[in-house]
Amino acid sequence: MGCRFAQAVTDAPAIRIRGRYDIAGHRLFDGVDLELLAGQWTCLLGRSGVGKTTLLRLIAGLDSGEAFEGNIWVSDDNPLDGRISYMAQSDLLLPWLTVLENVVLGIRLRKEKPDMRRAMDLIGQVGLGGYRDEKPNALSGGMRQRTALARTLMEERPIALLDEPFSALDASTRADMQDLAARKLKGKTVLIVTHDPAEAVRLGHQIAVLTSHGLRLWQTPSSAPVRDQHAPETAIFQAELLSFLRGLR
Amino acid sequence: MNKISYLAGVTAFGLTVWQGTVWIAGVPHFILPSPRRVAQVGWENRVLIGENALVTGFEVAMGLVLGVLLGAVTAVQLARSDRLYRLVMPLLVFTQAVPVFALAPILTLWLGYGMASKVMMAILIIYFPVTSAFYDGLTRVPQDVTDMARTMNGTNWQVMWRIRIPHALPSLATGLKLAAVYAPLGAVIGEWVGASRGLGYLMLLANGRAKTDLMFARLVVLAIMTIGLHLAVKRAALRMQWE
Repeated sequence: MGCRFAQAVTDAPAIRIRGRYDIAGHRLFDGVDLELLAGQWTCLLGRSGVGKTTLLRLIAGLDSGEAFEGNIWVSDDNPLDGRISYMAQSDLLLPWLTVLENVVLGIRLRKEKPDMRRAMDLIGQVGLGGYRDEKPNALSGGMRQRTALARTLMEERPIALLDEPFSALDASTRADMQDLAARKLKGKTVLIVTHDPAEAVRLGHQIAVLTSHGLRLWQTPSSAPVRDQHAPETAIFQAELLSFLRGLR
Repeated sequence: MNKISYLAGVTAFGLTVWQGTVWIAGVPHFILPSPRRVAQVGWENRVLIGENALVTGFEVAMGLVLGVLLGAVTAVQLARSDRLYRLVMPLLVFTQAVPVFALAPILTLWLGYGMASKVMMAILIIYFPVTSAFYDGLTRVPQDVTDMARTMNGTNWQVMWRIRIPHALPSLATGLKLAAVYAPLGAVIGEWVGASRGLGYLMLLANGRAKTDLMFARLVVLAIMTIGLHLAVKRAALRMQWE
C-alpha cells in the first residue's frame, strides 16, 4: 500500500485519496492528496464546480471512477463498501413514509429487521420524539434535516460523507444542526463539503481547500471543535479563510 | 356552489340547448330526437340496455384491470433492465404505429365474437399509455435518492419496492386516468366489428334500423358509464398521490 496514516483513535478508519480527475479532456482537479483523519471532521471547501462533490462521490463509491486516475486507501485495509453513510444538501426524505419509516429505510432496503426501539430513541435524541408518525411534508426544513441526521445515525456506520448538509437551512437552524451533528457523529470519520467558511472553522479538525491546481490544507484554530463562534481566534480564522477563498477567482 | 349543484346546472343547460335546438330547428326525430323522447325510449328498453351495458361494463373492467396489470409489470421489468428496455421499447413503439382499431377485425377473427376479443381490444389500447407513464415515473427517481440507496447497500428489489414504485405511483395514476377513458373506446369498437351483445352492438343495430332515439339512449348510458369509470379512477388516482 505504501501509505502511512496518523494513529487511529477509534474504529473509524482514516481514508486517503490521491490523484487527478479528467472529464471529457478537461481537468477537474489535479494533485489532490487528502487524508480524512480517523474519527475526525474534515471540512472541504472550494469554488463551485471545482470537484468537491466529485471527490466525495469517489470516496462514497458513487462515481464510476473512470475519469479518476489515482488511489483511495483505507487505514484498516478493509473495503469502504457498507461502511459509509451519506447526507446530501436536500434531506432526501421519502415523502410517502413517516419520520420513523424514513429513519429505518436503510435497514429495510437491506431486507433486515429494524430495531424500532433504537430508531425511536434516535428520533428522540434529535428532538423529534413527538413527530415520529408525521410525514416529511408536515415538518419544517430544520426538522426534516434532523430526521435525515437520525437516518444517518441509524445506519451505525463509521464513516459519514456529508455534501453541504446544512446549506439550505436558515442561520440559526444551521448552527443548531451543526452542534447536533458534531455531537452525534463524534468519533466517526467525517468528510463535510461546505461553502461556508464559518461552518468549516466551527466544525473542522482539519480544513482543506480544493482548487484546480490541487488541494491546500488550511490551518485550524488550536481549540477543539465545535468552536465558539464568538471566540476572537475563531473569527480571525474565518475572516482569513474567506479572504483566501475570495482570492481564488 | 357545490360540486353536485354545479354538475346539475351544467346538465340542465346541456339538455335545454338540446331540446331548444330540436324545437327551434324542427329537426325530425330520426335525425335528432329530443331528450324527452330519448329518456322515454331508454326507459321502455331499460332491461335490454341494462343487460347489454353489463356486458360492455364487464369487458371494460376486465380490459382495464388486465391492461393496467400487464402495463405495470412491463414497466417494472423495463425499468429494472436497460438492455430489456432497448430491446423491447422499439417494438412497443412500432406496435403503436399500427392503429389498434385496424386490429379489431383480426382480433375478432382470432378470438371470436365473444367477450375475449373486446377485452383484448381494451387491453391493447391502454397497455402502452400505462406502460410508458409508469416507466417514466420509475426511472425518474432523483439521482440523490438512488445514490443514498446505494450507500445503504439496498437490494435491487427492495429499492424497486420501497422507493421506485412508490415514487412512480403518481405517474401510474396519470396513465390510469388515460386508460379509463380509452378502455370503453376499445370495447365498443370491438363490439362494432363483430358481436352479439353489448352496447356497441346495440347501437349499430339501432342505427341500421334508423332507431335514432334508441341509439341516443345507449349513447347516453355509455357516456354515463365512462364518466362514472373516470370518476372512480380519479378517486383511486388521488390516493396514489404523495406530493
